[in-house]
Amino acid sequence: MKVHLTRRYHFSASHRLYSTELSEEENRKLYGKCANPYGHGHNYAVEVTVAGAVEPATGMVANLAELDGFVAREVVEPFDHKYLNEEVDEFRVAVPTTENLCREIYRRLKGFPTARLAGVRIEETAANSFEYRGETREVQ
Amino acid sequence: MVYLTRKIEFSASHLYHNPAMSAEENRRIFGKCNNPHGHGHNYVLEVTVAGEPDKKTGMVIDLQELKGILQKEVIERMDHRFLNYEVAELQGKIPTTETVAITIWNLLAPRISGARLHRVRLYETPDLFVDCFGEAL
Repeated sequence: MKVHLTRRYHFSASHRLYSTELSEEENRKLYGKCANPYGHGHNYAVEVTVAGAVEPATGMVANLAELDGFVAREVVEPFDHKYLNEEVDEFRVAVPTTENLCREIYRRLKGFPTARLAGVRIEETAANSFEYRGETREVQ
Repeated sequence: MVYLTRKIEFSASHLYHNPAMSAEENRRIFGKCNNPHGHGHNYVLEVTVAGEPDKKTGMVIDLQELKGILQKEVIERMDHRFLNYEVAELQGKIPTTETVAITIWNLLAPRISGARLHRVRLYETPDLFVDCFGEAL
């Protein structure tokens, strides 16, 4: 039987929502206080879901220590206590909305070797959450 | 289609150990979960059933009936138990969250009538949970 295992990770980072393709006025209108020039921060919670069969010898779909190490190296260490716009290469170009953050974290984790990545869900605050499952899968 | 979710909690202990592997291998793969006397968790179980509300009662499933099934199949079997030794369905298995979730699915699926069991979500801690939809591989 197939199972979906979800592990929740945490990091804190700052960002600024500002598009170089828009004027100052348009940025202000679209992003509101999220466009304030020095940025602001959030405590992000990231849920990483992997799916597959349970290995009979271990009872596991993925070894948690391996998953934790992979996510720490690919996401938590490069993002935690950073200013995303300046310190994560992808967000020097893309606007670090949580939508884009979901896709970037999915891209970084897609190569996890021992189980298939099924999705990434991010809570930016307790009230806002975003989920990305690649281009073909619906959210269940 | 309407989805109804009931949440229950149980507390149990377990340990991860595969007798077919060496002590070193068990330690390497399972880490502190291999500690010989076991350890415990407060498990949170969310059971979701799906169906059309009955025309007479307005219900997808009678909650009293669902509560009774969860009490008998899960709470009485697993609450305050050492999963490896006291739960027949887990004998000889490694009681990971994955395995316990599948076991609960297999216990509940044949007992739910009128509605369809849609999802079993088992939290081992607030930061680790497994979803089982009864999907074949």
